[in-house]
Amino acid sequence: MSKALRILVPIKRVIDPQIRPRINAAATAVQKTGVQFSVNPFDDIAVEEAVRIREAKKVAVESIHAVSIGPAKSQDSLITALAKGADSATLVDAKDKELEPLAVSKILQKIVEKQKSNLVIMGKQATDDDSNNTGQMLAGLLGWPQATNAAKVEIDEANMRAKVTREVDGGEEVVSAALPLVVTTDLRLNTPRYVTLPNKMKAKKKPMEKTTIEAFTDIDLEPRLKVLRAEEPPARPAGVKVGSVDELVAKLKEVKAI
Amino acid sequence: MFRLAAYNCKTVPVFSRYGSGRFGSTLTFVEATKDGKVTPSSLSALNASSLLGNDITALIVGSNAPSAVNSLKELDCPQLKTIMVAKNAAFDNYLPENLTPLCANLLKQSGYSHFVAAASAVGKNLLPRVGAMCDIQPINDVVQIKDKKTFVRPVYAGNVLLTVEDSQEKKIISIRSSSFPAAATGANSASVEDIPEFEASNIDVKWEGANLLQSERPELGSAKRIVSGGRGLKNKETFEKLITPLADACNAAIGATRAAVDAGFCDNSLQIGQTGKVVAPELYIGLGVSGAIQHMAGMKDSKVIVAINKDPEAPIFQYADFGMVGDLNEIVPELTEKLQKV
Repeated sequence: MSKALRILVPIKRVIDPQIRPRINAAATAVQKTGVQFSVNPFDDIAVEEAVRIREAKKVAVESIHAVSIGPAKSQDSLITALAKGADSATLVDAKDKELEPLAVSKILQKIVEKQKSNLVIMGKQATDDDSNNTGQMLAGLLGWPQATNAAKVEIDEANMRAKVTREVDGGEEVVSAALPLVVTTDLRLNTPRYVTLPNKMKAKKKPMEKTTIEAFTDIDLEPRLKVLRAEEPPARPAGVKVGSVDELVAKLKEVKAI
Repeated sequence: MFRLAAYNCKTVPVFSRYGSGRFGSTLTFVEATKDGKVTPSSLSALNASSLLGNDITALIVGSNAPSAVNSLKELDCPQLKTIMVAKNAAFDNYLPENLTPLCANLLKQSGYSHFVAAASAVGKNLLPRVGAMCDIQPINDVVQIKDKKTFVRPVYAGNVLLTVEDSQEKKIISIRSSSFPAAATGANSASVEDIPEFEASNIDVKWEGANLLQSERPELGSAKRIVSGGRGLKNKETFEKLITPLADACNAAIGATRAAVDAGFCDNSLQIGQTGKVVAPELYIGLGVSGAIQHMAGMKDSKVIVAINKDPEAPIFQYADFGMVGDLNEIVPELTEKLQKV
């Protein structure tokens, strides 16, 4: 087995996490027209980590390939990844179809096989559907180990192993695993760099393969879960401002909070 | 190919006896602490499981599983009929690579209609992998169970609630523990069964160690009161000087915003929010917390929210039941002193 890292970074285009989503008139989904989109922040961290691994180990990294499965505009997210240091990309145009993590992980499995990837680095969750599923599912389908919620990734390319510090309830834990491996990123893994204009211009010349989900004929892409209703959570009644600590303590006693 | 072999479902006879029944039955994954106690989030998972109306089989694993049996038997959970024990060191530390073949086999080969676990770090790591192996899309972080196939889950940092219908033959659900009370202490008549054999995973993964925060305080996820600090506390010294005595005074857990964690005021594991812990205590006190969407996602279901902040425009005041505008260095010591007398 060659000791070269072929890194795959899946990226999702999501509604900008700073924006409060609006629900459509039919109360079945979130409105997506005329809304600011951005790269899922965890995926941005994944791209950064892949690029940093290359910067630290130039020889070991053979390729960094970014992939996005979503509407045609996901191309913008891929160009950002290319501008940050990915070599090539695949856009899987899903048109308007909403894909669940299970379907996405099955498509990613095919792409991993095609790219002969041996390290997948991806976000721990997308800030829109908050599932936190795809990395684990992909690892399961591939029969690979998984290191989720990574706060630190150390690659030992000589032995093709990785040591990953994971954020868990109550602190952190360390796991080590043989490559091939799926890593999902936590917020504290790194701070993503900004894209410079020259790099963005160069990114447009990097190879991007375009395909559509129809190309994956053997995968069942139909949603398993049916959304019956989308609604805003009940609003909290307006609170009061208090003028002194005594008043605050009195109010807390009144509602039996203390 | 040997990797695939770990997932091939050779029938292990012991599994087939469980979980049959025409009304469905629920397999609930239960986490235990090192000293053999059921974790608070798993107590919530058991309670959520009983809302499904099925008989429940609890699955506990690892070297300490037998000692957790006692705490399971002391639960007021009449639907809990069977406790399955997989006592094996391979399951210590809950590595999903080792646990998935066991869980997937149980789910595929038995009559279970539902597989439930808490959406804890362990549950989130394990359930999707089991889902992939059984070709089931899980429902994540359920906050409400409407019936056996209809569930409510939050998306977009809790700004949208989706009601979803799951018509898959078997359903995999992780539950948000702050949305379901813990199963109460009592008694049940569950029988205990050992899982004597299982197929080990061949995946090369090793648990190397952990660095867990040692604390006498209530656990953040299940604490009744939480004192939480944000960027407004300025530095680690102020964080500790102001937060710790106040938390002591009201026997509260300590939490923090991402800004406070990133600035090194406290440990990562104390982060509350969309990507940290989701809490719903009876009392949440936010000190110097501005109230960003991502933080509010983790605490806005608290019963009473108190905000103390010098910025009257801070978004947290839109959620706070009681807000106070002013200098933390003056207000917090006074509040601490007055709460000590309560």
